[in-house]
Amino acid sequence: MATEINDVAGQATNERSRPRWGRVLAWLGLAALLLLLFFGLLKAQKGQMKVGEKAPDFTLTSFDGQTYKLADLKGKVVLVNIWASWCKPCEQEAADLEAAWRYYQARGDVVFLGVAWTDTDKKSFEYLKKFDITYPNGPDLGTRIYQAYRATGVPETYIIDRNGILAYVKISPFESPAEIQQAIDTVIGK
Amino acid sequence: MKFIKSLKDAMKNKIWLSSLVALGFAVLLIGTAAAQDQSPTPPAITDDQVNAIARQMYCPVCENTPLDVCPTQACAEWRELIRDELAQGWSEQQIKDYFVQRFGARVLATPPATGLNWLVYLIPPIAFLAGAILLYRVFQGFRKPAPEPSAEAEPQVTSDDPYIERIEEELRKQ
Repeated sequence: MATEINDVAGQATNERSRPRWGRVLAWLGLAALLLLLFFGLLKAQKGQMKVGEKAPDFTLTSFDGQTYKLADLKGKVVLVNIWASWCKPCEQEAADLEAAWRYYQARGDVVFLGVAWTDTDKKSFEYLKKFDITYPNGPDLGTRIYQAYRATGVPETYIIDRNGILAYVKISPFESPAEIQQAIDTVIGK
Repeated sequence: MKFIKSLKDAMKNKIWLSSLVALGFAVLLIGTAAAQDQSPTPPAITDDQVNAIARQMYCPVCENTPLDVCPTQACAEWRELIRDELAQGWSEQQIKDYFVQRFGARVLATPPATGLNWLVYLIPPIAFLAGAILLYRVFQGFRKPAPEPSAEAEPQVTSDDPYIERIEEELRKQ
């Protein structure tokens, strides 16, 4: 008698524990999708880069063919300015940045890098010529630098200290050469 | 005297001859220039040709606005770039490849089927298929009437305990 009851119970348990592969796969797929969505949202919600974060490494090939790798510039203070020729606020600070570059150029331990975002070469050249910009500038190929720095528009300027740590962020145009100098001097003095 | 006259005649002839040669050269030059002018000029690129490619792209500056209708200066410059490249004889694919290399794959309206982008192409048909299967099973369940509980189907549990036996009997009566 007891054996019969045990058999019936055992069959029921077996049926319940038998894996239904279709369902398992569907749930797994759904879980994977939710995970992807989660990490996507997490990345999107990171927001702008903050002072103290490690500056993402990048390689910039300038319009004159020189290659600049941020990792190779360790020991120097690096100013990265993201701009576009169609951006009016960028024009506002272009001459000031060039003036600041000429001020620091002789020191040798300050590097300025201009990154042209979503710009055509023709217009970039016109812009550089118009403001007589002499520090290295190059296109942001694949908008990789813009994305790596989680930029939200142009112009944006990042100053990276000698250890490769982000020391200053400016999410709008500089108002004067003095403002740029003050920002750089603070980082140099660290 | 006669010698001098013949010399003069010969000089006159020479001048005539050189003038004739010079004229011939001039005609030849003008003809060549005219022929060059008549050589087929590359046809002007129309807005329709530019927009046919531009509508397959989006610029990162103005999200969700196709390049062909985007009013910003950045997009106007991109359209000009397409026009220049078409004028240089680039194919549609070459132009798209250049834009992807220059501005990233996100400029394309239809993402390339690589890496995680595959999900964009796989999920909709899979979801549609799963939905169809689910609906089919639900409708099948509606059609089949639930089986009548029969006494034979129920496991006959007997017990030596007379009390339990009595309960079972009472339940069966109901």
